[in-house]
Amino acid sequence: MARAVSTRIKIGYTVAAWTVALIIFFPILYTVITSLKTEQAAISGFDLWPSFSLESYRDVQSQYNYFKPFMNSVILSLGSTALALAVAIPAAWAMAFSPTKHTKDILMWMLSTKMMPAVAVLVPIYLIFLRTGLMDTRIGLTVMLMLINLPIVVWMLYTYFREIPGEILEAARMDGATLKDEIIHVLTPMAIPGIASTVLLNIILAWNEAFWTIQLTTTNAAPLSAFIASFSSPQGLFWAKLSAASTLAIAPILIMGWFSQKQLVRGLTFGAVK
Amino acid sequence: MATRQTQSLARLMRAPAIILLLIWMIVPLGMTLYYSFLNYNLLNPAGTSWAGWFNYVYFYTDPAFMESIKNTLILVLGVLAITVIGGIAIAMLIDKPIYGQGIVRILTISPFFVMPPVAALIWKNMIMHPSYGVFADLARFLGVSPIDWFAQYPLLSIIIIVSWQWLPFATLILLTSLQSLDGEQVEAAEMDGAGAVSRFIYLVLPHMARAMTVVILIQTIFLLGVYAEILVTTNGGPGNSSTNLTYLIYRAARLNFDVGGAAAGGIIAVILANFVAIFLMRAVGKNLD
Repeated sequence: MARAVSTRIKIGYTVAAWTVALIIFFPILYTVITSLKTEQAAISGFDLWPSFSLESYRDVQSQYNYFKPFMNSVILSLGSTALALAVAIPAAWAMAFSPTKHTKDILMWMLSTKMMPAVAVLVPIYLIFLRTGLMDTRIGLTVMLMLINLPIVVWMLYTYFREIPGEILEAARMDGATLKDEIIHVLTPMAIPGIASTVLLNIILAWNEAFWTIQLTTTNAAPLSAFIASFSSPQGLFWAKLSAASTLAIAPILIMGWFSQKQLVRGLTFGAVK
Repeated sequence: MATRQTQSLARLMRAPAIILLLIWMIVPLGMTLYYSFLNYNLLNPAGTSWAGWFNYVYFYTDPAFMESIKNTLILVLGVLAITVIGGIAIAMLIDKPIYGQGIVRILTISPFFVMPPVAALIWKNMIMHPSYGVFADLARFLGVSPIDWFAQYPLLSIIIIVSWQWLPFATLILLTSLQSLDGEQVEAAEMDGAGAVSRFIYLVLPHMARAMTVVILIQTIFLLGVYAEILVTTNGGPGNSSTNLTYLIYRAARLNFDVGGAAAGGIIAVILANFVAIFLMRAVGKNLD
């Protein structure tokens, strides 16, 4: 890319690219601005100047107890990620370092479970949750989120683990390292970046999951995705509050997403595009 | 290299993930299949009886079913067309030498991280609202009468919202692919006198073909399941004009309490998704060798 481009052409491309980017980003920007307005200002026509009022942020907490769904989102996304890792790390590890002739088939089959449409199993899952008392509990939803993202977690970890050269293991073994030494001193440090990327992507997916959270919660375990969906009709016109609730709901994930673009490509394409 | 001991250890390490996913796949799907042959309504569970093919006949001959299939196809194809064509265009633009490329990238991919209910509510209230939305302000500014998006063009409105959510995904994947294009090859073609159009058709497009395939297949899997966007905007209406298959099944299960009917609908959703899945698995499977 060392080709010289005239400044004028570069400015032309820059203007075009920024225009497109700002149009795409506009709904998010406008939500943040609206969240800083008062309710009256929010519906009094197009205006990009916020009144810098934090009133709506205070109101979503005092009127809707915002902290509760927020904490539910945190607990569900972290909890389901931890659970998924506990199951997926050993599996991905075994498949990457002691592959058998069935490893590829197993991986493909795991991927296929991700293709199952959620709505096809809505009825049985709903009834199971009702009858076992898991409905509207954090533990039930945590397990649910773990299951739907498990294939992606195994896949991502597998593609990362497979990049760790096997020779390093052999060298360590020659030096007399035990299996325990191998895992703690050799493999873990090399696996940590891959695990971190996987964690990031899984938290994003779990945080934004909306189908199961809406189906399987009411008030107690409802995370932000279910809480905001319930804003749809009655509070329809309280835009400043809706914007404040939305801003807080998307901000943490937006920032995480900015830092994980590369991992996202890899995770969401199951390693097909790197 | 693997001894018998490490092999049995490996088996032990794989087992929990495999068993969990096996249960997750077989149990609910088996139950769905079983329910699809029952006359089972949650409002009258005592009247449950064997129904044979009744649920299938009933569900598939319902005019709402055909409409939902049509809407599902329009939604999926519409969003795919917008995101793939738009994604190629934006990816090529961002790949050009520009000032502030990092920030442009970040702004462009941001909508992907917005959870579906939030995305839908932002668009419903602040952008497409017939009297207070930005589009209405824009229409008044241009001297035309504002459009009541969700009443007049419900399916199109949902296509626009979902496209906004998925355009970043397509852009990001296609940009990643574009950046791995060999710059020297492009220069060589340029020196041989290939114009911008033929460079695009013979060099850029073939290079991106694999990424495009992956984008289309993965998006299709997710787009078949669009739900929250419909729930918070049109509720599937007016009539059934913005009801897709996912939403129709949801309604049968949760609003009509018709377990049997919803299960029969679920089975066709599985079949539909399987068509796409087979192609996706092939595309991804190539990567494993």
